[in-house]
Amino acid sequence: MPAPIRLRELIRTIRTARTQAEEREMIQKECAAIRSSFREEDNTYRCRNVAKLLYMHMLGYPAHFGQLECLKLIASQKFTDKRIGYLGAMLLLDERQDVHLLMTNCIKNDLNHSTQYVQGLALCTLGCMGSSEMCRDLAGEVEKLLKTSNSYLRKKAALCAVHVIRKVPELMEMFLPATKNLLSEKNHGVLHTSVVLLTEMCERSPDMLTHFRKLVPQLVRILKNLIMSGYSPEHDVSGISDPFLQVRILRLLRILGKSDDDSSEAMNDILAQVATNTETSKNVGNAILYETVLTIMDIKSESGLRVLAINILGRFLLNNDKNIRYVALTSLLKTVQTDHNAVQRHRSTIVDCLKDLDVSIKRRAMELSFALVNGNNIRGMMKELLYFLDSCDPEFKADCASGVFLAAEKRWVLQNPTINAGSYVRDDSVPNLIQLITNSVEMHAYTVQRLYKALLDDISQQPLVQVASWCIGEYGDLLVSGQCEEEEPIQVTEDEVLDVLEGLLVSNLSAPVTRGYSLTAIMKLSTRFSSVNRIKKVVSIYGSSIDVELQQRAVEYNALFKKYDHMRPALLERMPIMEKTATNGPTEIVQTNGETESSALDSKHPPSITQPTNQANDLLDLLGGNDVPVIQTALPTKPASAGGELLDLLGDLSLSGGPTPAPAPSVPISQTPFLLDGLSSQPLFNDTAAGIPPMTAYNKNGLKIEFTFERSNPNPNISVITIHASNSTEADMTDFVFQAAVPKTFQLQLLSPSSNIVPALNQGSVTQVIRVLNPQKQQLRMRIKLTYTLKGAPVQDLAEVNNFPPQSWQ
Amino acid sequence: MRFLLLFNRQGRLRLQKWFIPLSNREKNKIISEMTLTVLARPPKACSFLQWRDLKIVYRRYASLFFCCGLEDQDNELLTLELLQRYVELLDQYFGNVCELDIIFNFDKAYFILDEFIMGGEIQETSRLCLARHMEEADAFQETVDEYEKNPTY
Repeated sequence: MPAPIRLRELIRTIRTARTQAEEREMIQKECAAIRSSFREEDNTYRCRNVAKLLYMHMLGYPAHFGQLECLKLIASQKFTDKRIGYLGAMLLLDERQDVHLLMTNCIKNDLNHSTQYVQGLALCTLGCMGSSEMCRDLAGEVEKLLKTSNSYLRKKAALCAVHVIRKVPELMEMFLPATKNLLSEKNHGVLHTSVVLLTEMCERSPDMLTHFRKLVPQLVRILKNLIMSGYSPEHDVSGISDPFLQVRILRLLRILGKSDDDSSEAMNDILAQVATNTETSKNVGNAILYETVLTIMDIKSESGLRVLAINILGRFLLNNDKNIRYVALTSLLKTVQTDHNAVQRHRSTIVDCLKDLDVSIKRRAMELSFALVNGNNIRGMMKELLYFLDSCDPEFKADCASGVFLAAEKRWVLQNPTINAGSYVRDDSVPNLIQLITNSVEMHAYTVQRLYKALLDDISQQPLVQVASWCIGEYGDLLVSGQCEEEEPIQVTEDEVLDVLEGLLVSNLSAPVTRGYSLTAIMKLSTRFSSVNRIKKVVSIYGSSIDVELQQRAVEYNALFKKYDHMRPALLERMPIMEKTATNGPTEIVQTNGETESSALDSKHPPSITQPTNQANDLLDLLGGNDVPVIQTALPTKPASAGGELLDLLGDLSLSGGPTPAPAPSVPISQTPFLLDGLSSQPLFNDTAAGIPPMTAYNKNGLKIEFTFERSNPNPNISVITIHASNSTEADMTDFVFQAAVPKTFQLQLLSPSSNIVPALNQGSVTQVIRVLNPQKQQLRMRIKLTYTLKGAPVQDLAEVNNFPPQSWQ
Repeated sequence: MRFLLLFNRQGRLRLQKWFIPLSNREKNKIISEMTLTVLARPPKACSFLQWRDLKIVYRRYASLFFCCGLEDQDNELLTLELLQRYVELLDQYFGNVCELDIIFNFDKAYFILDEFIMGGEIQETSRLCLARHMEEADAFQETVDEYEKNPTY
């Protein structure tokens, strides 16, 4: 058989192939030749064949039949063979192959070879792809080599040890004695790999970390020498001596100095020196500065040093080099949590980065901008961010839009409905946006007008359509009356509005959820518009819709028209401002963003007491009525969706006493009284205690309950009563529960109490808010039931409260 | 560092070094994704990008793209220096290195890489030392005569 062709020949031949098919043909032919050559166990040409095989493997062709041949090469005595054999092993074998374990013995022998380059090959292979079994077997050899004086081997052994530790962490202890004098080496290669080894050990084991802390002075000294030393041609990179080693030392210092005052103090000087003296004209200097900044931020550095670090990052932001700006933005993002004020100083530069052409930089700048938004800068930031939203690529739009809403609602400001991004907003932002809109009362007219105009243009963007139809339902009267200050008011008739909403119902583009929104909106307009008949017609048509959800809604609304017409105005009233609940935003936004305002946003979420139904029944019996609306205690927070809530209300209401329909999420036998339900809000006390005197409702056995009154502003039929429970006995009253029931013409809502424990000796009181709807202006009567535990014994009491002052219900 | 790839503008792979164990399928997937992503970038773009949980650093030298996958704690700017150093080493060894050198002498390119980086970390920071080691190791390689005369086992 003729000698197999040389590697060069093969490469040259393959490169002449003009098509993929031609190439494949050549390779298949050659593979066949190689395979037969392997079968003949030809020692002379094995090396050449494996080399060719490796080339073909790189082109993407299978080469698994060469694995065993690699092993044979490794076992050979010739250096050339070994070199190619080990290379083949690293490329073709990995720990998933069974064959690789056969290498262990070969490697072991080679680790003890007389030639350092053979030892080096073995160490390299072990350090790159040794499996855990191999590592376990050969760790002893590696450890031995770590102690040798030959720097070539020592540095390789150190990195091999790193690999062993990564694979088999338990073996870390074994290498500890060998690390004793690693840092006293002069050879930079050994120093570098030693620092890597120490870093790995410190990262993995807190004990090692404490053990190696004593090395800090030595490390500082080495670093100092590097900086101060003169020009050394072999290590120099653009005027800086061995930047690789410098950076590694800085990284190790970072780990050693973290949460340790002494070490951090020992490093302060050198860090300041590096930070100020490093040449920043080239990338290499900036690489060192970058690492220095990271180290300064992580250890317990003094504030002067931290400011220096942030300023360096600020300078990076102004650098022409894109890479450096990117790196600066990434680091600032990491530090914005801890050093918020310092980062704020660079806000304008960061916002400028939004206009950068580079995609990576834009994304980082966007994330950082959201993190920086706070009450002081929101107007300016929003302007920039909205402009960015308009002009950015689609891949950003979703995150940016959601981020904008999130940031906006945190500050209760709606600057500008971001119409364009409507479709990109994620679905979970819809209720948030609606909440936002309700909160900015003065913007209602403007909002609804703009949303209406957007709807006229385009009804394909579902989240936008949902928000728009909700708004039109709520504020349709404002739209029609044409009162808008911010913009030119448009002339819209009721019919036009209804046309638009009906259009949504029939359009193919509308999702079922959107249809639900528009139907509800149409219904709400029945109290705001005068063309009730048209609305009635629409509603009754959908009573036979195929979509179950729509049908249910329509049927219930129909019932509302027919049987409960007297309730309709109250039900379809304007929604009050919703208290915000916990946000789960897409972007990570710091809670306070550097401000100390205790916003109303951090609303208290006291535990909601769910009422066991049998207790409610008892109270019902007592009052002797069977149609009495059940006691309602505070419902769990977070309204599901604004439109949906209204549905729940109406759904429950239409079935008097019957089984509640599926949508009602609350307690099964309850009838959710009215609009205000589901909202975890603290009541809106717009005019406080307008002269209604407080009264004592109950005073027995040391427990005194006082009622104070307020009128809720939007609806004069609602009385808001706050109970104050105080305890004059010597012991605390725990598990305190207050329940109330009212006669059937009233409706009642109990919000969550401030706590369950009434402190002894009048040291404090428990407050709870009750809202009573009294549309018929009848005299208010109430039955209350109190349960608590005093000195370990449970106490229960019932009482009737009749002495309400007349002003509270008239 | 998790991996280092060299490929040209047509997407042909010239060198691949993996520092973590992966199946062939996964490797191929990463190679194709990297090739696509990096080749699609505009010429003046930033050298860094985020891919899955890795930081990708790439740089173009003549017709070859050098692409690394870094872990979170690795310094991106320093990695650019690392790539620069590797190219310098190749240049010193081959004398005005070009893509053809790497194609025809891929084994030497791997040997140089293995002297420079092991297990994802740099082992030698001195250019001189590294060049010297390569020379000596090459000297150990048998001549054709020696190769044929000496026994294999």
